[in-house]
Amino acid sequence: MTALRCVGVSRSFGALKAVDDVGLDVAPGSRHALIGPNGAGKSTLFKLVTGTMRAHAGTVELAGRDVTGLSEVKRCRLGMSQTMQHASLFTSMTAAETVALAVQRHDGGRISLLPRKQPRVRERADELLTAAGLTGRARVLVPALSHGERKQLEVALALACRPTLLLLDEPAAGMSPAESARLVELVERLPREITVLFVEHDLDLVFALADAVTVLHLGRVLLSGSPAQVRASEDVRAAYLGTGRREELFLR
Amino acid sequence: MTAVDAPAVPGGAPATTPEPGRGRGGLVAAAVLVVLAAAPLFLAPFATTTLTRVLVFALFAVSLDLLVGVTGLPSLGHAAYFGSGAYAAGWVSINVTAEAPVPMLVGAAVGAVAAALTGWITVRTGGVFFLMLTLAIGETVQQLANTWDEVTGGANGLTGIPAVRLAGAPLANAGFLHWYVLAVFVLGFVLVWVVARSPFGAALRGIRDNEPRMRALGYPTALYKYGVFVLAGGVAGLAGSLLAAQARFVALPDLGFVTASFALLAVVIGGAGSLWGACLGAALVIVIRDALGPGLGGHGTLVLGIVFVLVVYLLPRGAAGLRLRRRETPS
Repeated sequence: MTALRCVGVSRSFGALKAVDDVGLDVAPGSRHALIGPNGAGKSTLFKLVTGTMRAHAGTVELAGRDVTGLSEVKRCRLGMSQTMQHASLFTSMTAAETVALAVQRHDGGRISLLPRKQPRVRERADELLTAAGLTGRARVLVPALSHGERKQLEVALALACRPTLLLLDEPAAGMSPAESARLVELVERLPREITVLFVEHDLDLVFALADAVTVLHLGRVLLSGSPAQVRASEDVRAAYLGTGRREELFLR
Repeated sequence: MTAVDAPAVPGGAPATTPEPGRGRGGLVAAAVLVVLAAAPLFLAPFATTTLTRVLVFALFAVSLDLLVGVTGLPSLGHAAYFGSGAYAAGWVSINVTAEAPVPMLVGAAVGAVAAALTGWITVRTGGVFFLMLTLAIGETVQQLANTWDEVTGGANGLTGIPAVRLAGAPLANAGFLHWYVLAVFVLGFVLVWVVARSPFGAALRGIRDNEPRMRALGYPTALYKYGVFVLAGGVAGLAGSLLAAQARFVALPDLGFVTASFALLAVVIGGAGSLWGACLGAALVIVIRDALGPGLGGHGTLVLGIVFVLVVYLLPRGAAGLRLRRRETPS
C-alpha cells in the first residue's frame, strides 16, 4: 500500500495544462521529493493533493483510501497536513497560540464554547515548538518572528495535526544555510510513521533528505526514481538547464 | 490578555504578550458595573433613560463585534436580527405575557432563528461579499416587516408595548427598568465574552486572520462562521428585546440599514475586536444621536458622520479596510 497515490491527476487553467496526467506513488515512511523547474506544476499538484484545489481528472488516494471527492478539511482530518510555500499564519497570535489552535483541533476532542485552560494542549504546543527549534519564542507574536522562524512554525503547525502524510511546500525557501540545516535535522528526526512529500528548489537539501525523487516538467512527470537515478538523468539536466548546456547541475 | 479584551495599542502591538492581568481588568469591570448600577440613584430620569439606551445599543454592538472584530465578518444587516428580536419581544409582551424572562427569551430565540434562516447564504463568503449579502438580507427583512403589518404594525410600527413585568409588578420606573436592562446586558456581554475567550473563540480569530489556513488545519470554517452568526443573531435579538422593553415601541428603522450601520460605526470607533470598545463606541453613538442631537437642531447624524470621517481618516485600516488595528505588524 502507498501512503499517497495519484493516478492521472490533471488540472488546467484555460489552455494551460498546469498538471497533466500525473501519476505519483509515495511509499509509506519515505522522504519523497518533488522537484522541477519553475512552472513545472509542483505547487498546483500539491494543492490538488491537499484538496485546496479540485482536480479536473484523476484520483488521489491517501493510504489506500480514495479522497478525490473529499474537502481539504476532511483530508486534513484523515492525516494529511501541509506547510505553505509562503508562510501563511495568524497575524494576531503568538507562536504558542498558533500551534495550540491546531493542537486543540486534533488532540482535544470537541472545541469548547467555554474558556478552558487546556493544560495538555499547551504542553503539546510547547513540545512541538521545542521540536521545531522555537524554544523561548512561544510568546512572540507571529509578525515579530523572522522569516526562518515562521517557516519553522509552519512545520510545528503541520505536525500538530498529527499527520501520517506531511506535505512541505518549499520549506527552506528564503532560509539561511544555518536555518536550512536545522530544518533538515528536524525532518530527519521525524518518526518513520510520518511520510514526507516535499517540494524544494534547493537540490543540496533534496539530496540530503530524499530517498525518492519525482521530477515534474511542464505539468508532466519527467522521471520518478531514486536520487541517484535522477542525478544521472540527462533529461532532468536538459529540463533544468535547457538542451546543449554542459554545466554540471548537480555538483556533488 | 486575549485579542478580545486587550485594547489596541497605538503604534503597533507589543512584540510579546504579557501574562494576563486579570486582577486589574476584573477590578475595572466591577467598578464600571457598580457605577452603572448606582446611576439611577444620582442621575436625573432623562439621563438614566439615555444610559439605558446606551446599554441596549451596546449589547447590540457587542453582538456585532463578535462577527466583525472577532471573526472578521463585517455585517451591514445585523439590525435585521436586533429588530426581529425587538418585534418578537414586543409582540409577545402585547399578546401573550410581559412577565420578565419571556420577552427576553423570545427575542433572543427569534433573533437566533432569523440568523439561522439567513446565515447559511452568507457564511460561505467573506469581506465585501459578506457585507453586500448581509445588507441585502437586512433590507429584505425590513421589507418583510413592512408588508406583514398584522403582526408588525407595518409603517406605523409596533405600538402599545406594555412595561416588562417582574414577579407581577410592571417596571414602569426608569430606575427599575435600567436595572433590568443592565442585568440582561451583563448576561449578554458575559456570554459573548466567554465565547470569545473559549477555544471556539480562538478558532474564530483564526478564521479572521487566515481562513484558508484554518481549513488546511482541519477546521470546517463555514460551519464555525454559521455557528457564530447564529449566536450573534441571538444576542442581537436579546438586545432587541431590551429595545422593546425600553422604548416600548418598535418601528421599521430598528431593523434597517441605518441602525445596522450605526452599530458597525460603534464597533469601528471602539476598535473592532475589543468588546469594551464596542460598548464605548455605542455610548458615543447614542449620546450624539439621542442626547446631543435634539440640541443640535436634528443634526446629530451629521456629527456622527463627521466622527466617522475622522475615524476613517485617523484609523484608515480600522474603518476603510474593515481590519483590526491589532493586525498591523509592529515596526
